[in-house]
Amino acid sequence: MQRHLISADDLTRDDAVLVLDTAEELAQVADRPVKKLPTLRGRTVVNLFFEDSTRTRISFEAAAKRLSADVINFSAKGSSLSKGESLKDTALTLEAMGADAVIIRHHDSGAPHRLATSGWIGGSVLNAGDGTHQHPTQALLDAFTMRRRLAPGTGHDLSGLHVTVVGDILHSRVARSNVQLLSTLGARVTLVAPPTLVPVGVDGWPCEVSYDLDAVLGRTDAVMMLRVQRERMRDAYFPTEREYARRYGLDGERMARMPEHALVMHPGPMNRGMEITAEVADSARCTAVEQVTNGVSIRMAVLYLLLGGSEPATPAGTLPGTEGQTALRDES
Amino acid sequence: MTKTLIRGARILGGQPQDVLIEDGVVAEVGSGLDAVGARTVDGDGQILLPGLVDLHTHLREPGREDAETVRTGTMAAARGGFTAVHAMANTFPVADTAGVVEQVWRLGAEYGWCDVQPVGAVTVGLEGRQLAELGAMHDSAAGVRVFSDDGKCVDDAVIMRRALEYVKAFDGIVAQHAQEPRLTEHAQMNEGTVSAALGLGGWPAVAEESVIARDVLLAAHVGSRLHVCHVSTAGSVEIIRWAKSKGWAVTAEVTPHHLLLTDELVRSWDPVYKVNPPLRTEYDVTALREALADGTIDCVATDHAPHPHEDKDCEWGAAAMGMLGLETALSVVQRTMVDSGLLDWAQVADRMSARPAAIGRLAGHGRPVSPGEPANLVLVDPAYRGQVNPADFASRSRNSPYAGRALPGRVTHTFLRGVATVMDGKLA
Ligand SMILES: [Zn+2]
Repeated sequence: MQRHLISADDLTRDDAVLVLDTAEELAQVADRPVKKLPTLRGRTVVNLFFEDSTRTRISFEAAAKRLSADVINFSAKGSSLSKGESLKDTALTLEAMGADAVIIRHHDSGAPHRLATSGWIGGSVLNAGDGTHQHPTQALLDAFTMRRRLAPGTGHDLSGLHVTVVGDILHSRVARSNVQLLSTLGARVTLVAPPTLVPVGVDGWPCEVSYDLDAVLGRTDAVMMLRVQRERMRDAYFPTEREYARRYGLDGERMARMPEHALVMHPGPMNRGMEITAEVADSARCTAVEQVTNGVSIRMAVLYLLLGGSEPATPAGTLPGTEGQTALRDES
Repeated sequence: MTKTLIRGARILGGQPQDVLIEDGVVAEVGSGLDAVGARTVDGDGQILLPGLVDLHTHLREPGREDAETVRTGTMAAARGGFTAVHAMANTFPVADTAGVVEQVWRLGAEYGWCDVQPVGAVTVGLEGRQLAELGAMHDSAAGVRVFSDDGKCVDDAVIMRRALEYVKAFDGIVAQHAQEPRLTEHAQMNEGTVSAALGLGGWPAVAEESVIARDVLLAAHVGSRLHVCHVSTAGSVEIIRWAKSKGWAVTAEVTPHHLLLTDELVRSWDPVYKVNPPLRTEYDVTALREALADGTIDCVATDHAPHPHEDKDCEWGAAAMGMLGLETALSVVQRTMVDSGLLDWAQVADRMSARPAAIGRLAGHGRPVSPGEPANLVLVDPAYRGQVNPADFASRSRNSPYAGRALPGRVTHTFLRGVATVMDGKLA
């Protein structure tokens, strides 16, 4: 693993499998009565959120705290950030505070890359979503969820699976990260959207594109429904919510045409009645809640791997697939 | 006035000759000229061209003197071999009145590094709604003939038509920044494979091409002169080629950066590459070079756009658009057009001096290097090889996309009406 995680493209197949395996191990820890590990004790992790996202922030916060890191939340609302303080000045402040890792969410594509490469800070940078660019931990937790359900086992990737991603591809960092990571892990990806919501220049991506949801549902192992903002209608990306839901939404009837084992996934928050009906959202096939749970394990794994764990190592607690890494041990 | 003798320089790349400058004009051209009483400049191995003329310079004064001033901008121009620049109107206040254009013109004359020809805004405040007092700006001491809302597109077809028609009364020209505003909302870079991968808002080629197509038709309809600023796409070239084939009075410019750089550079996320219109693809770059070579694109214009450090030392989305150009323009043209065999030096003189001067109706610039002509000259050492170091620039800003790059050629001397503004590569 590199020092930063900015893009799903930063991960090789082996890196990605290592993250999934590590998350699997950490997920087991989460089932124990004492969930806390001393791994990152004394390390400072900053949640730097320029964009509101309580869900993602608390997921990272929970992950860091379970590893005993000190967590500082730095959010745009009610701070100097909303008063026009620059990313650079904020970064210099965090550097002065001795941040070991900065988890950044930013409304501008590329801001985490800039933070990691500009020399403003020395710690690790973890992208928690930038503009319409990348959201690598979301892709990892999605892959983790798929592997658990469809291809369980340490060391496994997602070879042979067919994943369909449906919705606002154009504005989706989740789609960009997923296309890259899923193809790295050997899955076949099909994007489905109205042509207006497919980016010009998509031809270089390692995936197929279809405008017809029904044509691909029958041969998909997992369908990922992306949130479609109602505002897109005003910009004429589609005529009405009703028409969008009819052509690209997932309802019970469509779900019934999917293979029996196939998963329905959603990164949340859901727009019920838009891209997904309540019936589908609340069905046993929908992994939305499980994805949230898995998100904490994945983010623990990424923080652990980026920060290299803490001393002392306990050989007995060595994680599978993490040879050479400092081991985890129970808080007891 | 002192006499200067340039010895053995290759005029427009021809055979070495001596050029005697006296009283601000070229007095004599020949071999073995008498140097008595003259300061001599060794032109051995160097190319002598008419002083370069830029149709598109942002000098930032008044209003953004933290980025550039008329003084520093014209010093940069002299260093780059320019003897005249057209100062764009998007200042604060906007150059939409006789008062502002006269102020800029006077500052240029006062400093004397190169001639400053102010461009007047087409519309009040660059708002695109109401024509500015174009006649008053023309009648002012600044004698404005080029009008542009550059930075913004005159997107209202009626306003554009009226402006084109109106300036005919004083042989003016409208220089259009062609950018359909609705198609470029939230645009951050060229729309294509790179924008798709990076998740940056796309600036599609069609947003430029559709405006150019409309404008050449308008110009033809009303029989006016149209100039197209910073052409950046292969499709724009096709439209301009077609318009010229009809005999319409359409001219166009290309920037040095669009001749060399592509949108692949945006993958670095370094905002020094953020510019408007954006860097395009290799395909576009090739088409632009060919168009400059065959004359479809008339001239090179820098779109020199200084920005202070903090406006580029930030994330891509927050960064200002634009890059420096004056001090590297000739080197980029040598690299992309001369060293590649697409233009010879005489054609470089045409594309960087004669044609822009003709488009701007600028007297005394872009003239042949022959006796009796104003001694607006630049001496270039084409064999020079060096790395671009923005710390050495005369510009107040440092936002050069070529920092650290090796570029060929160097301006060693610039003369403005016989007075050296640059000697041995340094401001005189
Ligand atoms: Zn412009």
